[in-house]
Amino acid sequence: MAAVTPGLSPAAPAAPAAASRARRHEWLTALWGAARTTRGAIGLGLASFVVLLAVLGPRFAPYSPNALQTFPFGKPSVHFLLGGDFLGRDVLSRVLNGGWILLLMAAAATAIGIIAGAAAGVSAAYLRGRSYGIIMRTVYVILSFPQLVFALLLLSLIGPKPWLIVLAVGLSHAPAVARVLRSATLDISEQDYIKVAELQGMRPARVMIREIMPNLISPLMVEVGLRLTYSIIIIAGLAFLGFSQAPPAPNWGTMINENRIGLQLNPWAVIVPALLIALLTIGTNTFTDAVARVTIGVERRPAEAALLDDIGLRDAG
Amino acid sequence: MAAPATQAEGPTGEKPSCYRPLDGRSPMAVAAPAAAPRAVSRRAARPILDLVSRRILFGIITLFAVSVVVFLATQVLPGNAAAAALGRNATPASLRALERQMHLNRGVAAQYWSWLSGLLTGRLGNSLANGLPVWGFVSGRLVNSAVLVFVTGAIGSAAGVILGAIAALRRDGHFDHITSVVALAATSLPEFVIAIALIIVFSTLVTHLLPAVSLLPPGTYAWDQPELLILPVATLVIVIVPYIMRMMRAAMIEALESDYVEMARLKGVPERQVVLRHALPNAIAPTIQVIGLNFLYLAGGVVVVEYVYNFPGIGQGLVFAVDNRDIPTIQLIVVVLAAFYVFMNILTDVIAVLATPRRRIAR
Repeated sequence: MAAVTPGLSPAAPAAPAAASRARRHEWLTALWGAARTTRGAIGLGLASFVVLLAVLGPRFAPYSPNALQTFPFGKPSVHFLLGGDFLGRDVLSRVLNGGWILLLMAAAATAIGIIAGAAAGVSAAYLRGRSYGIIMRTVYVILSFPQLVFALLLLSLIGPKPWLIVLAVGLSHAPAVARVLRSATLDISEQDYIKVAELQGMRPARVMIREIMPNLISPLMVEVGLRLTYSIIIIAGLAFLGFSQAPPAPNWGTMINENRIGLQLNPWAVIVPALLIALLTIGTNTFTDAVARVTIGVERRPAEAALLDDIGLRDAG
Repeated sequence: MAAPATQAEGPTGEKPSCYRPLDGRSPMAVAAPAAAPRAVSRRAARPILDLVSRRILFGIITLFAVSVVVFLATQVLPGNAAAAALGRNATPASLRALERQMHLNRGVAAQYWSWLSGLLTGRLGNSLANGLPVWGFVSGRLVNSAVLVFVTGAIGSAAGVILGAIAALRRDGHFDHITSVVALAATSLPEFVIAIALIIVFSTLVTHLLPAVSLLPPGTYAWDQPELLILPVATLVIVIVPYIMRMMRAAMIEALESDYVEMARLKGVPERQVVLRHALPNAIAPTIQVIGLNFLYLAGGVVVVEYVYNFPGIGQGLVFAVDNRDIPTIQLIVVVLAAFYVFMNILTDVIAVLATPRRRIAR
């Protein structure tokens, strides 16, 4: 999320409507505004540091991440700056190689969760039918099962394949995203410009994409940030529990688990990957918080507003 | 909005046409209570009972749906559960024997029925990992996890409510700023990172005050050695407190700025009473929902934390079962977690209504 590039793709239509250009700027302005607050700058800095380390790491690793180089839990030395892991592999090389897979999986899971959740939430609010509401409610309950348990259930039969982990985590985000965007859409769909679009004979799908979605950019940005943070937490957690790529491949979550028996001998094999995961999640979450403060306001984040909506307290106030 | 409702209400007690007694969530129904308390049907005259019965019905439907999903996901969907359980050691003979044991040679509906009736009558089958009854493996762990969840929930809720209320009362003061930054960092951290940090500080590198693993001898329960609970509980409390605190702070600020608090102040009610009698009860209602959500989170959060500390609960049991592809155990644990989930959902809804004065009135 932090690394969203501003550049217009060359494939974009040559003359976009003035309105959509303004909206695109609004979105960038919000990110830029967030990055200029203290919190936003700290968050962006932390997240970018870890992302750069994970992406560029494999180029700078001194050894192969899977080669046995030193003693099991060997102390740090000039040749092995962070010492050896439980088999005697170089911890530094494994740290530099073990981050990008986590980032890639988390980004993919976030994309799945946002797309599925936005589609469900926006259409549930705009189309509104009663039966649709009942279906949504049931789906909420089934899917808003503890995310980790949901993922473990799916993994139990097929086995820990990375694509399956991404799919399971992505789908488990969808209900929460849908809940937030449903609440936001309910406010928007009462507006006059929606009525105008409907009277002009615009089809519902088009109204949702052209008129509603552009106005959901602020809650959407905050949701992307939150879900990215949670994706990293859950995917690293699954790796910690032993569910990730096949064994020799390096992964920060897996490293923490396999090296913790040697915590007294070479603590760096545990501390460094744990610290990097912590910096990454603190970074993304802090930047998201800054975006929420800039776009939505200080006191309440969208998840809490949606919750109040659901209990019916906001209307009653 | 309320005025026409009062006029429409006739001596016959007929309900106004715009009023929908079944839909407690429409703004109409929420705004109506003060105006038309007597005119409504008998059914809506007891909002709590009505809500509870509707919620229980919905809960049963949900549990049924969950049982179908769990069953389909584990036993039917891709390939064959028996083959998955045996893995590479499968021979045609052992595969057929296991298929017969798991009733995989019958139709899907028949399989589901025999599984569900077994679940309801307590015939839960045997573990595929060691052949022992599943219930024996799960029951002791269930007690330990329950202790962990409820001790954590009690400490975390109390701490969150108190910290949130203080932060709201000292809004924009030092306490508010510091807790908000710490809370933001704490909500960002994965459970296992917090757990590892606590282990490093309290039981290995820095000090040796507490045990790093919470191994319990078989046959003993969590309360037999309370010191083993300290680190797992501390980890989970650190995870849940920030959410409860933030919600409490937001709700308390809203309550403190409301008209009724202003009214109480203008009447000359002492500030202490304004906070305790007027603001606090109204701020707690939305907070209870968040506390409920955090109990739901704990149903999943125990998995990683129990695994880190080797705490013998159902979360650790689930990880073992998934590792061994022990399908009967996975099914039982997931259904137990689902039942807990549905129960907590009903409970938090009902408590939130009881705690909100304006929703307690018959409508």
